[in-house]
Amino acid sequence: MADSTFRWLMLACALSVFVIVALIATELVKSSQLTLAKFGIKFFFGSAWDPVSENFGALPFVYGTLVSSLVALVIAVPLAVGVAVFLTEMCPKSLRGVLSFLTELLAAIPSVVYGLWAIFVLVPLLRTYVDPLLIKLLGWTGLFVAPDFGIGMFAAGVILAIMILPIISSLTREVMTAVPHAQREAVLALGATRWEMIRMGVLRNARIGIVGSIILGLGRALGETMAVAMVIGSSPTISKSLLAPASTMASVIANEFAEAADDTYRSALIEIGLALFLVTIVVNVCARLLVWAVTRGAPARVT
Amino acid sequence: MENRLKKSAANRHWRWFANHLASVLAVGATVVVIAPLVAIFIDLVYKGASSLDLNFFTKIPAPVGETGGGMANSIVGSAVLLGLASLLGIPVGIAAGIYLAEYGRGAKLSNVVRFTADVLNGVPSIVMGIAIYALLVAPMKGFSAFAGGVVLGIMMVPTVARTTEEMLLMVPHAVREAALGLGVPAWRSTLSITLRTALPGVITGCMLAFARVAGETAPLLFTAFGNQFWSMRLDQPISALPLQIYVYALSPYDEWHRLAWAGSLVLIALIVISVALVRYVTTRGTLKGAG
Repeated sequence: MADSTFRWLMLACALSVFVIVALIATELVKSSQLTLAKFGIKFFFGSAWDPVSENFGALPFVYGTLVSSLVALVIAVPLAVGVAVFLTEMCPKSLRGVLSFLTELLAAIPSVVYGLWAIFVLVPLLRTYVDPLLIKLLGWTGLFVAPDFGIGMFAAGVILAIMILPIISSLTREVMTAVPHAQREAVLALGATRWEMIRMGVLRNARIGIVGSIILGLGRALGETMAVAMVIGSSPTISKSLLAPASTMASVIANEFAEAADDTYRSALIEIGLALFLVTIVVNVCARLLVWAVTRGAPARVT
Repeated sequence: MENRLKKSAANRHWRWFANHLASVLAVGATVVVIAPLVAIFIDLVYKGASSLDLNFFTKIPAPVGETGGGMANSIVGSAVLLGLASLLGIPVGIAAGIYLAEYGRGAKLSNVVRFTADVLNGVPSIVMGIAIYALLVAPMKGFSAFAGGVVLGIMMVPTVARTTEEMLLMVPHAVREAALGLGVPAWRSTLSITLRTALPGVITGCMLAFARVAGETAPLLFTAFGNQFWSMRLDQPISALPLQIYVYALSPYDEWHRLAWAGSLVLIALIVISVALVRYVTTRGTLKGAG
C-alpha cells in the first residue's frame, strides 16, 4: 500500500516537467490572444513598433536576435572547437583539470555580472580599440560604419560569444572523448600527423555531435537576456551596421514589459515571448537529438 | 622520378606546417578564451573588494545623492526567494530523479521525461518569467516574492532531477538487494538506503541548481520586481541581489556602480564556492559512504 502510494507520488513529480511545459505554453498563448487575433502572422513581418498608436511588428527584434546570435556563433565556434581540440588531444593531463574547471566557471557566472562587466570594461575596450580598427578594415562591407557608441549589436554579439563558449566547448569535448581510441590509433598507424589524426579520426567522426553542441549554444544565445539587454542599446530599428544600437526579442521584453501599461502592448510582448519559447524548444530538441546520436549509451550530462 | 620526390618533399613540409599551425591555433584559441575569464575575475575582485565593507551587509540602499548604504535588503530578499525556490524545486526534483532511476529504468516514459527536462533547461529564463507573470502576478494584481520563488523553484526542477537520477544510478544494486532482503519495504529502502547512499552527490546537484538560480535576473523582473526597502512579506515585491546589481549597473551614479561591483563579487563568491564544492565531491567519488 505504502509502496504503491510512494511510487505514484514519485511518478507525479516526474510528470510535473510536462505540466510545467504545458503550463508555460498555455499561459503564453492565453495572454497573447489580443495581438494573436489582431495581427496574426503579420506580427512577425511588420517592422513598426509603436506602442502609442498600438501598431506592433516584431521584425526588428527577430532580426536583432538572429544577427546577434549569428555574430556570437561566428566568434565562438572556431574558438570553442579549438579549445576542445586542445583539451582533448594536446593538453598535458595536469593542465586539463584546471582549464576545464575554468571553462566551467565561465558557464557559472550569472548573466547580469557579464552585463556589468560588458558595460564598464568590454564596451570601452571595443569603442577605443576594436571598433575603429573594424571600421577601417571592414568599413567597405557596410557592416561596420560610424557612428559608433560602443554599445550596439556587435558588443552584444561579443558578450554572447563569451557566454556561449563554455557550453559549446564542453559539449564538443564530450563528443570528442566519445570517439573510440581505436579510430585515433588507426589513423596514426597510417602515418598521419597529429593534426591529420584529429581532422580525419576525431573531428570527422564527431561532427554530428559538434553540430549538436553548436545548435545548443545557439539556443542559449537566442534566449539570453540580461547581458544583451544591458549592452545592445535598445532600439527597435533594423540597420545594416553592426555598430548601431538594436534590440533582441528577449531584451525588448526585459526592457519594456514593466512599463507596458495597456493590454495590447503587454500582449505583444508576451507574443514575442511565446515565439521565443517555441523557437528555443525546436532548437533544443534538434540539438539534443544530435548530441544523443553521438554520445548514446553514456548518460547525457546536465549542462 | 626526381619531380615526384620533390613533390613529396613539398607535401611533407606542408603537412608538417599544417600540423604545427593547428597546434598553435588550438593553443591560441584556449588563451583567447581564458583571457576574458581572467579579466572578469580580476575586475570583480579589484573593483568589488575595494567597495565591500560592513555597510554593504547591514544597510539598505541610500537615497540618490547620498553616499553609503548597502544591499542588506537584497541579500535577505535573495535568501527568502532562494529558500522558497528550494522548498519547491528540490523535493519535486529529487522525487522526479527517484522515479527516473528506480522505477522508470528503460521505460519509454522516462526517456520522454528526461528529454523534456533537458529541453525545459534550455527554455530562456525570461520566458519563464512572463509565463509566471501571466499565471500568478496578473491574477493576484501585484508583484510578489511568492511568484519570484515559484519561478526559481521551477527552474531548479530539471537540474535537480537529472543529477539525482545520475547519482542514484551509481549506487550498486547489491545495496538495494541487501535492504530488500532484510524485509524493508521498497519505499523505505529507496529513501533511507539508496538515496542516503547517494546523498553527497544529490546535495551537490541541489547546490548546483541553487547556484544557477541564485544569479538569475530575467525571471525576477516581472515577478519579485525588486524593492528598495526591507521586506520579508511573500505577497509584496521583494529585492534580490541580481536585480539590484542590474538596477545599479544601469544607473548614472558612480556610487551605485561601486555597489553593483561589490554585489557581483558577493554573488560570484557564492557561486564559485558551490561549483568548486560540486567538483570536489563529484571527482572524489561520491559513494565513499557505500564502500
